[in-house]
This record gives sequence, C-alpha cells and structure tokens, in this order.
Amino acid sequence: MELFWLAISTIAIGVFGCVAWFWGSNWILDKIYPPRGDRAGDNIRRANQIRPWLFLGPAIVFLTMYLVYPVLDSLWRSLFNSDGAQFVGADNYLWLLGDDKFQESMLNNMLWLLVVPALSTLFGLLAAQLTDRIKWGNIGKSLIFMPMAISFVGAGVIWKFIYEYRAAGETQIGLLNWIVTQFGGEPQIWLTLPGWNNFFLMIVLVWIQTGFAMVILSAALRGIPEETIEAAILDGASPLQVFFKIKVPQIMGTIAVVWTTITIVVLKVFDIVFVMTNGQWGTQVLANLMYDWMFRGTPDYGRGSAIAIVLMILVTPIMVWNIWNARKEVR
Amino acid sequence: MEGMAGQKSSLAWAVNLAAFLLVLLWTIPTLGLFVSSFRDRDQISTSGWWQSFSGSEQTGFVRSGTADDQVQQDGVYVIEGSVVEGSQELSAWGTGARQPAEFQPGDTTEIDDGIQLTVTEEGTYRMTSAEPFELSRGERIFTTTISPPEFTTENYGRVLTAGGLGRAFMNTMTVTIPATVIPILIAAFAAYALAWMQFPGRALLTAAVVGLLVVPLQVALIPLLRLHNDLGIGKGYIGIWLAHTGFGLPLAVYLLRNYMVGLPREIIESARVDGATDFQIFRRIILPLSFPALASFAIFQFLWVWNDLLVATVFLGNTREQLVMTGLLRELMGSRGGEWEILATSAFISIAVPLLVFFAMQKYLVRGLLAGSVKGG
Repeated sequence: MELFWLAISTIAIGVFGCVAWFWGSNWILDKIYPPRGDRAGDNIRRANQIRPWLFLGPAIVFLTMYLVYPVLDSLWRSLFNSDGAQFVGADNYLWLLGDDKFQESMLNNMLWLLVVPALSTLFGLLAAQLTDRIKWGNIGKSLIFMPMAISFVGAGVIWKFIYEYRAAGETQIGLLNWIVTQFGGEPQIWLTLPGWNNFFLMIVLVWIQTGFAMVILSAALRGIPEETIEAAILDGASPLQVFFKIKVPQIMGTIAVVWTTITIVVLKVFDIVFVMTNGQWGTQVLANLMYDWMFRGTPDYGRGSAIAIVLMILVTPIMVWNIWNARKEVR
Repeated sequence: MEGMAGQKSSLAWAVNLAAFLLVLLWTIPTLGLFVSSFRDRDQISTSGWWQSFSGSEQTGFVRSGTADDQVQQDGVYVIEGSVVEGSQELSAWGTGARQPAEFQPGDTTEIDDGIQLTVTEEGTYRMTSAEPFELSRGERIFTTTISPPEFTTENYGRVLTAGGLGRAFMNTMTVTIPATVIPILIAAFAAYALAWMQFPGRALLTAAVVGLLVVPLQVALIPLLRLHNDLGIGKGYIGIWLAHTGFGLPLAVYLLRNYMVGLPREIIESARVDGATDFQIFRRIILPLSFPALASFAIFQFLWVWNDLLVATVFLGNTREQLVMTGLLRELMGSRGGEWEILATSAFISIAVPLLVFFAMQKYLVRGLLAGSVKGG
C-alpha cells in the first residue's frame, strides 16, 4: 500500500515539477523581459531567444545524462581494466578479437541479422497482402499483431510450451515434439541442438516482429495508386505479377524502413536468449555476453564496456542512415 | 483479384484459407499458454494442452469390497460398488494385470468357481456367488477410464494469493505508470519547441534526437548505475523512473514533433497575432490537438516499460520484494521449471495487462507506428 502512495506521489511530484518548471520559468522570463512598456519589441525578441531553451531544457538534460554521457563514458571505460583502475588502451578490444565466446556471439548476431528481418518482413508482407483482401482481415491483423504486446520473457514462457522435450515413448507435452512424433520422428531437445537452436530462438522474435512489419506494410500497400494496379491487370498481369512487379517495387522505401527497424531490435536482442538458453549451447549473442561480463561473477567493466561499444558501432550505420532520411523530411 | 471473374472465387478461397492458416499459426502459441493456465500440474505434465479438449484416458485398478460387505439377495450373495469416481467414464475393464482391458462395460465374467462379476457402463460392479464370500481382501478390478475435459481456475487463486506475483504486479505498476506519464510532459514541451519555435541549432537538435533513437540501452547500464550511486539514488524506484524517462524521450520527442509539425500553421499563426504567448499556444492549442500522438507514445512507453526485463534487473535489484513481473517470470523459468501451472498462470497474468491495453488502444498504437519509427528493445 505504501508502494501505491509512493507511486502516486511520484506522479504528482513529477507532473507538478514539470508543470512548475515550464510555467514558472516562463513567468520569470516574462517578468525579466516584460512584453510591454517602451522596450516591448526588444524584450519580446530577447524572450523569444531564450524561451525555446526553457521548453527544451529538461529534455536536453535527460538526453544528455541518460544517453549521450553513457556512450562517452562507456567508450572511456572500455580503455581501462576490469575495475577501471588502470589504463590498458586497446587491450580489451584485442582480447575480444581472440575470445571464442565473442566470435560465437558476433557470428550468431550476424545470423540473427540475416534471418529475422528477412523472415519478419516476408511474413509481414504476406500477412498484409492476405488480410487486406478478406472480410475478417482486421481481426486477423489484430491476432497477428498481438505478440507485439507480449514481453520477450512472456514469449519465452509461451514458446517453452512449444519446444518442451520429453524422452521418446513418453507423452510429449511440447507441441513441436508432439507433431514430430506423430509423424514417426524422434523427439528432439530443440534448444540444445547445435546450430539449429539459434533458429528456434529466432522464430520467437520473428513471431513478435511480423505484426509490426505487417501493420506498416499494409498501410504502404493501401497507399499504392489504384491506377497502376488496374493498368497492369488490363495488360493481363497475373495476381503474382501484380504483387511482385507492381506493388513490391512501389513500397520498397517502406520495406527498407521496416527492415532497418527490425535490424536494430535484432542487434540488441537480449531477453529471448537470456531467458531461454542464457547463451548456452552455442546461442550466445552480444547483448547477453555483455550482461555476463558486467553483472555475473566478478564484473569486468572494461570488457563489458568494450562489448557495449561494439554494439554501438554496429548500430551506427543505421543511425546515420536514419538521420540522413530525417533531414530530407525536415526541409 | 479484381476484374478476373473466372478465377475470383477459387482465388478468394485460397486467400481466405492462407490467411486463416497464418493467423492460426500466430495465435496457437499464446492460446497454448492460455489453455495451460487453466490446467492443474498433473494434467500439464501428462498431456499436451491441445489434448485437453478431449477426455484424458487413465488406467488403474480398484479393489472390490470384501466378505464383510456382502449382502444376501434372492438367495445369492452379492457384493456391489463402483469402480469410477466423479464424472469419469469407463471404457474397458479386466480382472488380471496382464489383460487390464479384457472386457467391455456390461460384460460378465466368471472369476472363480461360481463367482460372477459384472461391471456396467455406469461403472458399478456386482459380484455374485451362490456360496457366501470368504474374501478377506477385495478382488482387483482393472479399469480404463476417460475423464472429461477438466479446467480449473485454482491456479489463478494460488498464484494471486501467494508466490510473490501480487507483489510483483504492484511493483510493475509502480514502475510503469510514472515512467509513462513523466516523459510525455517533458517531451511534449521539447517537441513543441522543435516544431514551432525559431532558434539556432534546431535542425541539429532534431537530428540528434533521431540519432539517439537507436542507441543500445546496454551502453547506458554501467555508466548510469555508477551515476545513480554517485548521486545517492542507488538502486530503486527513483532510479528506474529516471532511466525509463531518459530512454523513452527520443521516441517521445520524435513522435510528438512529427505530429505537431503537421498541425495547421494558420491556427498557430492567428493565435500569435492575437497576442497569445508560446506557453498559451502550447497549452490551449497544441496539447489538445496532439492527443492522438500523446496516446500513441503513452501506449508504446507503457508496453515497453511493462515488458522490460533488462532495465528492471539492473536498476531495481533482484530481491523478492523488488522483482517486477518479467523478473519473477524469469526466476520461475529458471528455478522452478517443473511447476508448469504456476509458470503458465503467472505468465498469462503478466501478459494480460499489456494485451488488454493493446486491444483497447490498437488504433493509437498503429497510428504511432505509422508516424515513422519505433524504438526497439
């Protein structure tokens, strides 16, 4: 119950604090440079120079403190040894290059990067195209979109009921093994199957991200001018041709956006691996490896930070691309 | 496809079927969890959830009554009783362990000299003999029974009253609500400044916000934890609220700015001409008009904070009192992998709230997604 009051009072203090800041600082600004009297014009001009920074102030403080500073701090820390006492230069990065687990993580992350965005976009496109053409399409869309609202941990539990293994001869309570045994196959411990287990983890993320891809692509498909499709049909194009030669090329830009957005999710993938295999059996990924170095056993902040910086470097091209695109929009 | 009358109906069929299969494939995993959360531990560990809708088959044996139970009816000695419990249905029975399903319900057999045994479809048995019984132990009657589909809400009762889930639920709420409300306010003002105020460095700041959208959270964990320790906040709610506010801001500012830029210029210009200050314009015009964008972000942030594991694990500590629901689920998966019913039910409760929010406010969520970008993990 006290927790409840703590939460309520935080909201109250937070909201009140924000409002007090924005309102109060504006009020003070108007007191210092009153927009009337004989110097009104000058005052208004000065106040208008300062006011944006009052509006932006809290956001800039937060963004600097919680995102910019940590990146710089991690970069700095990655040049030091495990407890940050001794400068070691590029040693942490050199160590990474030779580390088996790091190589495994990089390889797995690349695998995720190839598979998950591709499959999610493909299924998303398929789902969008199919559900746009049927009466109950909106319900179908909702259901495919639903996993978006489920946490990665929740998804881990959900898929545990699919991947669960029981010895051959026992009743299989994991759906996948049940299907396999129904067709006369041997039940498998899917999550420890070398090489393949990565794909079983990826499927979980594909399951979550497909809905996102579908929603965006469905809107893009609807935005295609009808005339181009009608013209193609009149020229005798088959439905498949219409889809691949008329529709897909016109939504290429949107597909790229979907692809890169999912790519970022994939690069940072953590929870799924963390709860389902914890990086064992050859399924390690960068984010979980970093967690291991930072919070398990004796923390090694130097190495952990170095892995974090590698992650940062991997997302940088997408960051630049996003900024580039956004600048075009900003006019 | 339109304009191809001949193929239309078969194509429509194929599309419907394909869509149905796809939807089914995407729904089945969640359905499995939902169904499992209504089954008890034995059911979960002895049969798949997809089999729970048909009855489950069990084999076993019961012992008949002994000589003490016999009564005399119409000149013969009779022992009567039942071999089934509750709503079970008998499908076969037998008298020896070698052939436990030798007879059909309704059959009669002779087990010993002059002793007849009948087991009826209702599951009652009747043992008759011309001589008085001398049984000191009951005869074994082997049965194959089918229990009707059975579901229970007991798991929910158990999980909600014990096991720390109630506490975790409250913790999650406590983390989520302030972490959703506070960034909205801060972001709304910043977004207005970026969209409608003139000042040097505006384009640069906007670009910076776009860039910060993709910064991996992992980079921020250690530096922030140390920063919080230096500031004396340490691990706790204040820290996690601040962290989520910081992490959510780029998306909030970006979404809101994009929306506010699209608001009609004339309204804002004419308000300016009428002498309204920026603060008044923001409060009276921009804020009410931006409601859809505010709602979009609120849902994103709510789902994101509610479902987050990493930030909570790092900034909130891992004692029983501090666990949020994702953290609790993780612990259940690790330490109590065998307690399927607890795991399934807890998981379903933890995803129920986001699912409710999702279905109730899907419109805003979709609108937010289409506004350009999303933050991912």
